[in-house]
Amino acid sequence: MKKEEMNFQKHEQFTLTMMPGIFAKKMRTCIIWQAIRFAIINIKMLVVVSKSH
Amino acid sequence: MARLVVLGGGVAGHTTATFAAKWLGSSHEVVVVTPNSKWNWIPSNIWVGVGQMTKEEVTFDLAPVYKKAGITYHQAKAVSINPEGKADSDKPFVTIEYTDADRVGQVETIEYDYLVNATGPKLNFDATPGLGDGNGQMGENTVSVCTADHAVHASHELEKCIEAMKAGNRQKFLIGTGHGMCTCQGAAFEYIFNIEHELNKAGVRDMADMKWISNESFLGDFGMGGLHMKVGGYVVSSKLFAESLYAERDIEWLIGAHVSKVEKGKLAYELLDGSTGEEEFDFAMLIPPFAGVGLKAYDKAGEDITSKVFAPNGFMKVDANYNAGSYENWKASDWPRTYQNPDYKNMFAAGIAFAPPHIISKPMSSPNGTPINPTPPRTGMPSGIIGKAVAHSICDMITKGEDAKLHEASMAEMGAACVASAGKGVFSGTAAAMTVYPVVPDFEKYPSTGRDTEYTFGEIGLAGHWIKHILHFMFMYKAKLNPGWTLIPE
Repeated sequence: MKKEEMNFQKHEQFTLTMMPGIFAKKMRTCIIWQAIRFAIINIKMLVVVSKSH
Repeated sequence: MARLVVLGGGVAGHTTATFAAKWLGSSHEVVVVTPNSKWNWIPSNIWVGVGQMTKEEVTFDLAPVYKKAGITYHQAKAVSINPEGKADSDKPFVTIEYTDADRVGQVETIEYDYLVNATGPKLNFDATPGLGDGNGQMGENTVSVCTADHAVHASHELEKCIEAMKAGNRQKFLIGTGHGMCTCQGAAFEYIFNIEHELNKAGVRDMADMKWISNESFLGDFGMGGLHMKVGGYVVSSKLFAESLYAERDIEWLIGAHVSKVEKGKLAYELLDGSTGEEEFDFAMLIPPFAGVGLKAYDKAGEDITSKVFAPNGFMKVDANYNAGSYENWKASDWPRTYQNPDYKNMFAAGIAFAPPHIISKPMSSPNGTPINPTPPRTGMPSGIIGKAVAHSICDMITKGEDAKLHEASMAEMGAACVASAGKGVFSGTAAAMTVYPVVPDFEKYPSTGRDTEYTFGEIGLAGHWIKHILHFMFMYKAKLNPGWTLIPE
């Protein structure tokens, strides 16, 4: 069984949701990708802040 | 010279007072009445609650900051408001009771020209038997992260559990809400992920059983009726997003739950389907329900007009539509825009202290008639934005005249960010970052989901974690009124 699929079996509640695979998990800590996402999230948050005032 | 009195020194009150003092200068007086001697950046209490920050890192003394800003500061709690003055004077005033060591219990009155009620919530632990101590304080059965001191206590209790697990004893963790009418699910959501992270770090995660218990009718409601957000190119329900986060971390959930009683190591609950049950625990962090702080109001003759000024839950009435009727009739326009009291135009409420027109989530109750639904969140970013708008309105009323146009900050036109970040290391942490716009869904403007999915998004990873760090340092810096503080948005 693949590691990312193990939790589906642990509880009935978990069977109908989604689990991240190896690639998705790697991207969460990939510095280059996260630096890009950091810039994008910040820009989006600044837009939200400016729309809120 | 006009006098503005701000009741409360939390995010909303501090924002109102500091901006008003800056804009009004020394020609007018700004007074802050707050029972606390320290300001607390509450979102970072989560990190205090797992031992990753100290109380000193999330708090600072208010007195020197207010001295620097030219604000008159009374460490006291507000007791009552007389918006019409008294028999021999038309001047409105508030009655306060000092809480500092030198003057504790002393009562005094302060006259005002303008009043802002930003008293925040009363942490109503006693609403659930056993959650409180019977005297309005947190009981001994559970922990909380609502204040910095509570969070320090929670961190010590967590440490004991970790030691027990290292000694080979399994531990059960219950995190969530302690009543059917709670708000602030986001704080508990962040705390459970931080605990899970710390248990992994300590090498004892396999010795812990973790469970989420909350009054949400579905996971990911967050008191906002849930949200649809952009995640990885999809527009998904927050239910799927949240369930995935919990399942990935092997955390079970019990939702639609009203905690009816708490004892040592055990709680009783009632579910939306009317069934009841019990859960045992070794460690439980349950957010209490919020209520108004219990301010009274009196008219010129001394008659009690509390029910005229405040809603039954103790929050102050403002320019909201309190007669919206049933859920089907609710609209974004029911939500207040100026936060001005409808009867007394020199009185405003900001942050948690204003009475919302209704909840945001779909109202629900069990077949036994127990209401089980989250109440609306209005902490953090909305509190700051509302506080600034109220300060702007009052400054204009003082400098331009009482008929000056009021500034608006409707929660139906305002966004909010929620960053649930686990761990504190720059590269070892992770976060679920969510931005929602607007907080109150507007189905007339956004018919499909009630929100703008371009700016309502979720993201998991280091980027959100870095943002959480930056927010902590930025808001502590801003609240201390360090150079350039006005450039940092609320």
